[in-house]
Amino acid sequence: MRILTYAQAIREAHAQLLAEDPRVFLIGQGVRNPWYAGTSLQDLDKEFGRDRVIDSPVSENATTGAAIGAAITGMRPILFHPRMDFMLLAADPIMNQAANWSYLFAGQVAVPVVIRAVINRGGEQGAQHSQALQALFAHVPGLKVVMPATPYDAKGLLIAAVRDGNPVLYLDDRWLYESEGDVPEGLYEVPIGSAAVRRSGKDVTIVATSYMAAEAVKAAETLAQRGIDVELIDLRTIKPWDRDLVYSSVGKTGRLVIADAAWMSGGIAADIAAAVAGDIFHALKAPIARVCLPDVPAPTSAALERAYYVGADDIVANVEKVLL
Amino acid sequence: MNCQKSGAISCSREQLMSFLYGMQRIRRAEERIGELVASREVRTPCHLSIGQEAIPVGVCAALNEDDTVWGGHRSHGHYLAKGGDLNAMMAEIFGKATGCARGRGGSMHLVAPAQGIFGTVPLVAATIPLAVGAALSGKLRGTHQVAVAFFGDGATDEGHFHESLNLAALYRLPVLFVCENNLYSTHLTLKERRVKDNIVESAALHGLAGVTVDGNDVTAVYQAAQQAVHLARIGEGPTLLECRTYRWRGHVGPAADLEVGADRRRELDEWQRHDPIAQCRALLCTRGVSSDSVDSVAAKVREEIEAAVRFARQSPDPDESELLQHVYAVRRGC
Repeated sequence: MRILTYAQAIREAHAQLLAEDPRVFLIGQGVRNPWYAGTSLQDLDKEFGRDRVIDSPVSENATTGAAIGAAITGMRPILFHPRMDFMLLAADPIMNQAANWSYLFAGQVAVPVVIRAVINRGGEQGAQHSQALQALFAHVPGLKVVMPATPYDAKGLLIAAVRDGNPVLYLDDRWLYESEGDVPEGLYEVPIGSAAVRRSGKDVTIVATSYMAAEAVKAAETLAQRGIDVELIDLRTIKPWDRDLVYSSVGKTGRLVIADAAWMSGGIAADIAAAVAGDIFHALKAPIARVCLPDVPAPTSAALERAYYVGADDIVANVEKVLL
Repeated sequence: MNCQKSGAISCSREQLMSFLYGMQRIRRAEERIGELVASREVRTPCHLSIGQEAIPVGVCAALNEDDTVWGGHRSHGHYLAKGGDLNAMMAEIFGKATGCARGRGGSMHLVAPAQGIFGTVPLVAATIPLAVGAALSGKLRGTHQVAVAFFGDGATDEGHFHESLNLAALYRLPVLFVCENNLYSTHLTLKERRVKDNIVESAALHGLAGVTVDGNDVTAVYQAAQQAVHLARIGEGPTLLECRTYRWRGHVGPAADLEVGADRRRELDEWQRHDPIAQCRALLCTRGVSSDSVDSVAAKVREEIEAAVRFARQSPDPDESELLQHVYAVRRGC
C-alpha cells in the first residue's frame, strides 16, 4: 500500500476514471485552479485536455443542467462545485431534474451524474463559504449522498459514484485534504450505502460523518484512556445510510452518540436518532446524543468560529453524558 | 419585426402534405384533450398549444431520428412531431399503465427515448441547460447529433436561459434554442415582463446566431430550422430561433382566458385569421392539391385520435406495486 493524502486520492480517482472510460468528463468552476480545488484536480486538464476537463463560467444552473443532459444522453460527467454553498444556485437541476427523472419516466431515463461539492469550513470564510448541506440533499428521493472521511474512501467512493448510474452527491471536506492513509494503486470501489467500523468496542456506539469521523478517532483514543470502550462507525454514505451496521452496533452497546458537523435541526443525526428510537428502542440503555453545529449560520471571526465548530472534545463530553 | 420570409417555394407538395398532417394531428389531439379536461375525464393539468402547431412540425421536420428534443409543460406538439407514439401519450394523460411514462408523468412529463425525446418537464426553462448537455455529449462522442430546446417566451425571463446561451456559444455546441414566443407567460403579456420586445437580441448578446421567424408559417419555420440544424451539425455552433406565434387557449386547460391581457379578444381574432393550418391548406390549393385530398387529412387524423382515446380508456391503471419502483436506476455493468 501507498500513503496518499485525501486530496491526492481524489485526484487519482479522477485521473483513473478519465483514463478508463471515455464517457467520463469533468466540468465546473475552478477545476484548473488550486484556489478552488486544492490539489484534488491538479493538472488534470494538462493530462486529459480541456475538452474533457472543462473550467466553466460561474453558471451553476447551466453547468449542472448540462452535466445532467450529458448524463442522460450517454456520458458519465463529474460536476464540480468548489463550495457547497454555490451549488444552491443549481437546486432546480439537482433536486427537480436529476433526482426525479428515473422515477418520473419509469426507469426509461437514467441520470448517471456525480455532483461533487466541497465543504470548505473555517478559515474565517463565513456563512456562504462554509455550509454542510448534506441533509438537504439526502431528503430528496432519487439522490444518493456520500461523504468520505479517509483517503481510501475518497478514492473508492468517487469510483463507485461514477459507476453507480444514478445522481450521486459526493461531498468532500477541505479540513480532510491533508490527512493521510493507505490507498491502493488500481481502480477499486467502496460500496455506496456501506458504513465502516473504525474501531470495535462494547460501551457506546459513535456514528460519525466526514470530518467528524476523523475527530471521533481522536475522541475514542481519549475515551479509551479513561476506560471507555467505543465502537466507532464512519457512516461514509449519508443516503442511503447503513441501517444494518448501525442497528447491530447499537444492539450490542445500547448507547448512541451521532456526530455530524452540520446543523442539528432536520439533520442526518436527527434521521438516524429517529430511526434507531423507532426501530430498536428496546436496545437503548440511555438517551441518544447528537453532536452537531448550533442552528446559526457560520460566523466569520476566528473567535466565534472556535465556539461554532464541534470536534473531538464535544464527542468525548457527549459520550460521557450517555454513560452517566 | 424583421421576420424571415416564407420558405414555401422550396417545399414540395409531399412535404406540405406531411406538414398539414402533422399540424392537424397535434391540433385535433389537443382539441380532444381539451374536451376530456372540460368533461373532467382527464384531471392532470393540460397545457394546449393550439395555434402554435407549425413550430414543432417545422422544426422536427429538419431533424434526424437520433437528434434530441427537450420540452416543457406545453409539449404535446413536440412529442408528436418528433415521433412519439400517440396512443402512449393519450394513455399517459389518462394516467394509465400503457402511458409513455407508465402514468407517472401525465401531460406535463412526456418521454420517448427511442425517438430522441428524453423528457419534457414543467419547470420553466429547466430543460434548456439539459439540451446544452445533450449537445455537449454529442460533441464529446463525435456523433454530430443536434439537440433542440423548445421553450416559451416566459422561459427567457429565467437565468437558465441566459447561462445556457452563453455556455452553448462559448463551446460552439450543436444546439438549437427554439423560443415559441406566444406573447404570454401564463397570464402576463410580454409588455408586463420586459421593457422591450427583444428576445432574439439575447443571441447577439451571448454571441450566437439569432433568427426571428413567423411561427405560424410552417415553411418558414422549417427553412430556418434547416439552416440552424445544418450550422450546428457542421460545428458552427448554436442558434436562437424565435418563432412568433399565439396561443389560442389559456395557459392551462381548454378555456381561452379572455379575461387576461387588455387586448386578448382582438389579438385572438387577429391571430386566428393567421392560422398555421389554414395557411398550409391554402398553399396546397395553390399547388393544385384537391380540396378532397386536403380534407381527407383531417378525417384520417380524427380517426387516429379517437382510436388513441379508446386505447387510453381501455388501458389498465398502474398497479399500486409500482409505487416504489425506479426511484433509482438499477446498475448495469459499469
